[in-house]
Amino acid sequence: MNFRLRIWRQRDAKFRGKLVKYEVREISPDTSFLEMLDILNENLLRAGEEPVAFDSDCREGICGTCSLTVNGEAHGPDHPGAVCELYMRKFRDGETITIEPFRVGSFPIVKDLVVDRSALDRIVQAGGFISARAGSAPEANSILIPKHDADLAMEAAACIGCGACAAACPNGSAMLFAAAKVSHLSSLPQGGPERERRVLKMVRAMDAEKFGNCTNTYECEAVCPAKISASFIAKLNREYASAQFRQRLGE
Amino acid sequence: MIGTLDPKIPPGPLDQKWRNHQDHSRLVNPNNRRKLEIIVVGSGLAGGSAAATLGELGYRVKCFCFQDSPRRAHSIAAQGGINAAKNYQNDGDSVYRLFYDTIKGGDFRSREANVYRLAEIANNIIDQCVAQGVPFAREYSGYLANRSFGGAQVSRTFYARGQTGQQLLLGCYQALCRQVASGTVGMFPYTEMLDLVIVNGQAKGIVTRNLRSGKMERHAADAVVLASGGYGNVFYLSTNARGSNVTATYRAYKRGALFANPSFTQIHPTCIPVSGDYQSKLTLMSESLRNDGRVWVPKRKEDRVKPPSEIPEGERDYYLERKYPSYGNLAPRDISSRAAKEVCDEGRGVGPGGRGVYLDFADSIKRLGVETIRERYGNLFEVYKKITGEDAYKMPMRIYPAVHYTMGGLWVDYDLMSNVPGLFVIGEANFSDHGANRLGASALMQGLVDGYFVLPNTLPNYLAGQMGKRPSPESAEFKQAEQSVRARLEKLLKVNGTRSADSFHRELGLLLWDKCGMSRNEQGLREALRKIPELRAEFWRDVRVPGDEEDYNQSLERAGRVADFLEFAELMCIDALERDESAGAHFREEHQTSDGEALRDDESNAAVFAWEFQGDGQPPKLYREQLHFETAHLAQRSYK
Ligand SMILES: Cc1cc2nc3c(=O)[nH]c(=O)nc-3n(C[C@H](O)[C@H](O)[C@H](O)COP(=O)(O)OP(=O)(O)OC[C@H]3O[C@@H](n4cnc5c(N)ncnc54)[C@H](O)[C@@H]3O)c2cc1C
Repeated sequence: MNFRLRIWRQRDAKFRGKLVKYEVREISPDTSFLEMLDILNENLLRAGEEPVAFDSDCREGICGTCSLTVNGEAHGPDHPGAVCELYMRKFRDGETITIEPFRVGSFPIVKDLVVDRSALDRIVQAGGFISARAGSAPEANSILIPKHDADLAMEAAACIGCGACAAACPNGSAMLFAAAKVSHLSSLPQGGPERERRVLKMVRAMDAEKFGNCTNTYECEAVCPAKISASFIAKLNREYASAQFRQRLGE
Repeated sequence: MIGTLDPKIPPGPLDQKWRNHQDHSRLVNPNNRRKLEIIVVGSGLAGGSAAATLGELGYRVKCFCFQDSPRRAHSIAAQGGINAAKNYQNDGDSVYRLFYDTIKGGDFRSREANVYRLAEIANNIIDQCVAQGVPFAREYSGYLANRSFGGAQVSRTFYARGQTGQQLLLGCYQALCRQVASGTVGMFPYTEMLDLVIVNGQAKGIVTRNLRSGKMERHAADAVVLASGGYGNVFYLSTNARGSNVTATYRAYKRGALFANPSFTQIHPTCIPVSGDYQSKLTLMSESLRNDGRVWVPKRKEDRVKPPSEIPEGERDYYLERKYPSYGNLAPRDISSRAAKEVCDEGRGVGPGGRGVYLDFADSIKRLGVETIRERYGNLFEVYKKITGEDAYKMPMRIYPAVHYTMGGLWVDYDLMSNVPGLFVIGEANFSDHGANRLGASALMQGLVDGYFVLPNTLPNYLAGQMGKRPSPESAEFKQAEQSVRARLEKLLKVNGTRSADSFHRELGLLLWDKCGMSRNEQGLREALRKIPELRAEFWRDVRVPGDEEDYNQSLERAGRVADFLEFAELMCIDALERDESAGAHFREEHQTSDGEALRDDESNAAVFAWEFQGDGQPPKLYREQLHFETAHLAQRSYK
């Protein structure tokens, strides 16, 4: 298969970027999208040009490193799945494909297609954990957890932290990301003691990072490679409202 | 002259060694901990758990990873599960049995005392992870669920769907985040360690490069912990993440740390077969699938091109069940992989190129219903479909062995300290507890045991004597190390040849897969030892690395790693040649039983081989650590 590509090139955060045209030829339909970019880079290198910078690591959809917008969609057209799980057989021969970085104000561009997503780490640092010192834990089966709750926690915990939710959101909101962590931890009895502090701190951190507000467009859910349900956002809102109320009562 | 090594195993009966050792180890009081700095290279299960725990204990920790966030370390990709001898199933499991299975699975090439400690502490890991909120699979009753993995006849594997590594790592990452927020851990993402700094014979720091800015930095500390993962990517194609590499441990080797058993590399039996030469990695289909999937190939060569549905039951060869009736489809990895290679070598392999065998779920779907199978393995079936375009609910998966894990690594003593004082090595990066073959679900267990419980208790043994001895990063040793790193990067940029580093890496991978992969022989290894230096010379003549050093330069990153692989590959082949026996994953064709199983030579080779760097172009020096089997008696492995 042959493809025309339009790829965002940008030297670094300070320079202005632009879309640059390239072509790749004789690509097998079983090639992954990132392997197609590897081939392009191999060609560029041989031609004495600078390869396109893009992020990836596990290349099987779990590490959350890859972060491309393909034809306007975060992670491309094959949902659910990260762009590393996208295969060229999903495109038409001869198609023009536009490749850009995730575009969110809170994710500054580092170079070409690579963005800085450290804001997501800082949201977790604010409170996305259960404090459990090594050595203190009770016997694992001493607290029973109904299968339904454990399954729900797992569904939320499956988030791969790629940031596609924020990239797809017209407001650049990271609500789905934060909601997944809050829901995971508050579905489990172990998460109980820090429940209120956690949600308050994580929401504040999200605001401090200048992510936008959620206006229920559900674009996040549509692109999420880990199939995180937008219903967790409602859960976050409930948790937040109740924590805020209790905090006021306490004051 | 062959050197000998002292692993410093504590005295006393096997099951009391760890307790005794802890009772008599030195401690660092809480006020002094604040004055000690520890570098942890790696944020995977081993590094992440170590950094979080040491931070919690009050040490000042700096943690490094090359990914843009610690949560993306390669551990995230582990699928199937983590072992512990909880005996929740009442099926006869015990600490002793987990210990014995691990020793036997490793084909009697690991150290009894370490493995026993691993089995003992594994139970605490499950407790710890549950307390952190890891959503392990549960039964309707609310109790934790288990599944079976290869090499065991009990069900002792805990799991979180097909994403166990992800959930364990997120637990660990969250603990790490908590320490970052509280200021005990400084996190350095997208920062690569490029050299180890040794001052007065002790490991006292590292030289790093910030991958985004290209800036070089010197970091001094009171001890250095390497948790940099395995080197499976030396084969180019493997199930490891693209970035996984040998640089951290290989640089330490060049600074004097011994590299143990480098040829012990694990080939996993259940991966999606290679489809073309553009391929950048191979994808694992978790071993847990072998709980419910049956492995087969056609009995007759002619049938290999027929659709599987047209091959009647009687014409199928369920070769694992046939050859290993008591373990069947759950035979250990090395054995299952070789069995797959054997049937493909016979011309009975399926799929493009004849390099594949079927993993069939039809019987289980009939027995348990499609919903149960979906619940257990749904995400794996989806991954399989994305990659191959095929639906494994309707037709069998095609699988083939692929490089997966490395048992070899830097040599460590009982305290997990290398021969270089102050340099500790944990997780897949050390030569570990898995001997010549690792059992499934035991790497996650080892990484976390090392990081949460062993290292925090053994590090003080060293640190207690190190108060006030941290050198300045301005000292001569640091400057010299930085200088040598700079010189190497400049050299890479200056070659300005015609080929990408990747193209050399691919070539190296094919050579190793052929000569030092699933089976090895003297002639092939000698050939590899001739070709690797040639390829390396070609690399330094013709590699092309565009861009600058002081910039975000992914080509330069990769070229540096490939250059190290090109040296390290030689060490692997030297080790494989020196080990004149078959053991576990190391299968020397010259040494096999009449029915083709690995034949050990316990008389001369019941030992760890550890190699010391002697200078570029010089053969390394061999050290041997004799292994003593006092509890688990040496026996020919049988899974029949
Ligand atoms: C696909 C797959 C599935 C698996 N499934 C299982 C399973 O089900 N059960 C099981 O027990 N095991 C499994 N394993 C094995 C297991 O995942 C690994 O052995 C284990 O996670 C290794 O953990 P680690 O912490 O030692 O290293 P890693 O997780 O590899 O982490 C290495 C860390 O070191 C950092 N690093 C490396 N070099 C440098 C450097 N030079 N400078 C700075 N940082 C550096 C990296 O950034 C990273 O943070 C699986 C492996 C694979 C590939």
